[in-house]
Amino acid sequence: MTAATGSTTGAGTDRSAAMEDVFSDEGQASSLNLLGHAMAELADKHDDVVVLSADMGSALTELRERHPERYIELGIAETNTISVAAGMAASGLRPYVLAFAPFGMIKCAEQIRTDLSATMMPVTLVTRLSGLAMGYFGTSHHAVEDLAIARPITNLTIMTPADNNAALGLLEASHDLAGPSLLRVSEGAMPVYDAVPELRRGRFVRVREGADITIIATGVGVGCAVAAAADLAGRGIDAAVLDAAYIKPFDAEAVLAAARATGAILTVEEHNIVGGLGSAVAEVLGRHAGELTAARGGSPVRVASVALPDEDLEVGVPTDLLEHYGITSAGVASAATELLGRVRS
Amino acid sequence: MMTLTPQTAGTVLERGRCADPAQLAHRADWLRLRVIEMIDRAGLGHYSSTFSCAEILAALYYHALRLDPADPDWPDRDRFLLGKGHAAVGLWPILADLGYLPTEALDTFGYLGSRVGDHPDMRTAPGVDFSSGSLGHNLSVGLGMAYAARLRGSDHRTFVLTGDGELHEGQVWEAAAAASHYRLGNLVAIVDANGFIGSGPTDELLGIEPLAQRFAAFGWRVVELDGNDTGALIEAFDALPDPGSESPVCLIARTVKGKGVRLMEESPRAWHVGYLDSGQRAAAVAEITMRMTKREAGA
Repeated sequence: MTAATGSTTGAGTDRSAAMEDVFSDEGQASSLNLLGHAMAELADKHDDVVVLSADMGSALTELRERHPERYIELGIAETNTISVAAGMAASGLRPYVLAFAPFGMIKCAEQIRTDLSATMMPVTLVTRLSGLAMGYFGTSHHAVEDLAIARPITNLTIMTPADNNAALGLLEASHDLAGPSLLRVSEGAMPVYDAVPELRRGRFVRVREGADITIIATGVGVGCAVAAAADLAGRGIDAAVLDAAYIKPFDAEAVLAAARATGAILTVEEHNIVGGLGSAVAEVLGRHAGELTAARGGSPVRVASVALPDEDLEVGVPTDLLEHYGITSAGVASAATELLGRVRS
Repeated sequence: MMTLTPQTAGTVLERGRCADPAQLAHRADWLRLRVIEMIDRAGLGHYSSTFSCAEILAALYYHALRLDPADPDWPDRDRFLLGKGHAAVGLWPILADLGYLPTEALDTFGYLGSRVGDHPDMRTAPGVDFSSGSLGHNLSVGLGMAYAARLRGSDHRTFVLTGDGELHEGQVWEAAAAASHYRLGNLVAIVDANGFIGSGPTDELLGIEPLAQRFAAFGWRVVELDGNDTGALIEAFDALPDPGSESPVCLIARTVKGKGVRLMEESPRAWHVGYLDSGQRAAAVAEITMRMTKREAGA
C-alpha cells in the first residue's frame, strides 16, 4: 500500500475529537470511562485491588469516589510506580498500575523485568494510549516498540484487547493471574465484540471463518481485519480472522493450524514491524517451515504484515497516522489481495 | 564473662530485644569471617561493600528487626530490603544462623543451583523480603510495603539499606518524595555511606552530598551516625519513632568501605569485587580473629 504524504483533514473537521484528552473529565469519553468504570468495579469485587496511577487519576474518578484509600497517585514517576506496586504485591495486595504506554512500558522495561517478572509479582500494568494514539504529541509519545520489549520478558502475560469489551474481559481475567501482566489498551478501536468475549489465556479468538487467507490481528488491527474481511468477501476472497488477544503466552497452535488450513497469513498490528505480532507469527512459521511445507505438498506458507515501518514516524492526529501507514480496513484488504496475488502468481 | 553468642534460632525476635554494643561488634566480625570463607569457596565476591555494612546488618538482625524465623511469611514481621544487593554474601550467614536457611546452603554460594547467590533472590532464599540487584529499586519497593502495612493496619516497619552510590539512581528520589507525601513513618532508609561507587570515591566521581540536607529537603527525619559503631546503631534503632508517625526516617550511616580488614580499608576500590590470595586471607582472618579474642578477653 502506498500512503499519501502530507495527509490533512478537511476544513471543518473537529480534530480535537480525533484525540483523547486524558487530563480532563470531559475527555473521559467512551473507552476511558469504561476503563475507569471497570477499575472501580474490580475494586468493588476484590478487596485486595489497589490502583496506582502515574498521573492517570482523571481516568479513575469512580474509583476515587468509591475507594479513595485504594487509589494511589504516584505522579509523573513511572519507574517508582512500578516498583511500589511490586512492594504492595509482595505484601498481599493486588495492584493495578495505570500509565501511558510509552512511559509505563517502554521507560520501565527494567523495573517490569526485575521487580515484577523475576519475582512473579501479581501486578497488572494497564498501558493506555499505545501505538500512535498520542501521535499528535510527538515521537516521544509513540508507543510502537512496547510489544517487542515486553515479549522476551519471562513470566509476563501480554494482553492486547481488540476493543472495549475485550479490554473489560481481559482486565477481569488478569486478577486471577499468578504473575505480572501487561494490558495494552488501544484507543479508537472499532467494536469487534457485542459483549464481553470469553478469552482463554494464551489463546487466539476465531472471529471469522475463512478458507483463502487467515488474517491474524491484534489491538486496533482486529477491527480493521474484520472490516477488511467483509470487503474481501464481496470480492470473492474468503478470509478468516483471528484475534491475537494474548501476545504472551503465544498461540503457536492457532498459527500452525491457520498455516495448514489457508497457506497464507497476514498479520495486522499498530506496532513496529520489528518484534511484535508479525515477528511472533514468523518465528512460529520459521520453526515449523519444513513440516508445514511438507504438509502442503511442497508449497510454502506465504506471510505478510501490516505494521509500522521501522523508520522515523510521522507526528499527527491518530486517524491520519493510521491512514498514512495503512492500518485501516482498506490497507488490510489491499495487503491481503497483494499477498494472495503473490500466492497465485 | 558475658556471652557474645547471639539469639538462638526459632524464637520470635522482638523488636528492641537485648543486644549490647560488644555483642553486635562481635557478630559483625563473626560475619566478616563467614564472608571470607564463602567468597574463598566461590572464587569471587563483594568484600568491601559487605564489610562496610557488617555492623548495620548485625544491629538489624540481632537487635532491631521484629521477626519470627520459624514463620518467614509472618504478615506482621518487619521487612528488610537489601537495596545494595551486592552485599548479599553478608546476609546469608545471618539468615542461616537464624534458621531461615540450612547452614549447608552457605557452601553452595556462587555455584549453579544455589539458593544463595551474589544478590538476594526472594524466590530461592527464605527470609529475603524482596529481590535486589538493580540499584535504586528497593526504596520504591519498601515504600509499597510500608503503604500496604498502613492499608492492612499492621504496625510493622520496613527497612531499606541503600548504598550512597545507589542514590545516584533517580528513582530513589521519586520514592523519597512519595514517602514523605504519604507520611510513611513506618519506612526507614539506612544509607550505608561508605563514600565509594564501584569505580572510585563518590565525591570525586559524582558527588551525592549533602545527604542529610537532601533527605531532609524531601521531608524525611534524618539522623547521621557512625555506621560501624554498634552503640550508635542501637541508639538510633531504639530511638525510631512509632511506626504510626508521619515522617519517614533516614539513618545516614557513615561507614568505612572494607571496614575491619586493614588491607581493604587502605585500598577500598580494589576490594569492591575481588578475591583474597592465601597470604592476604590469612592476614585478614588473623586480624579479625585477634580483635574477637581481645573483645572476649575484655568482656
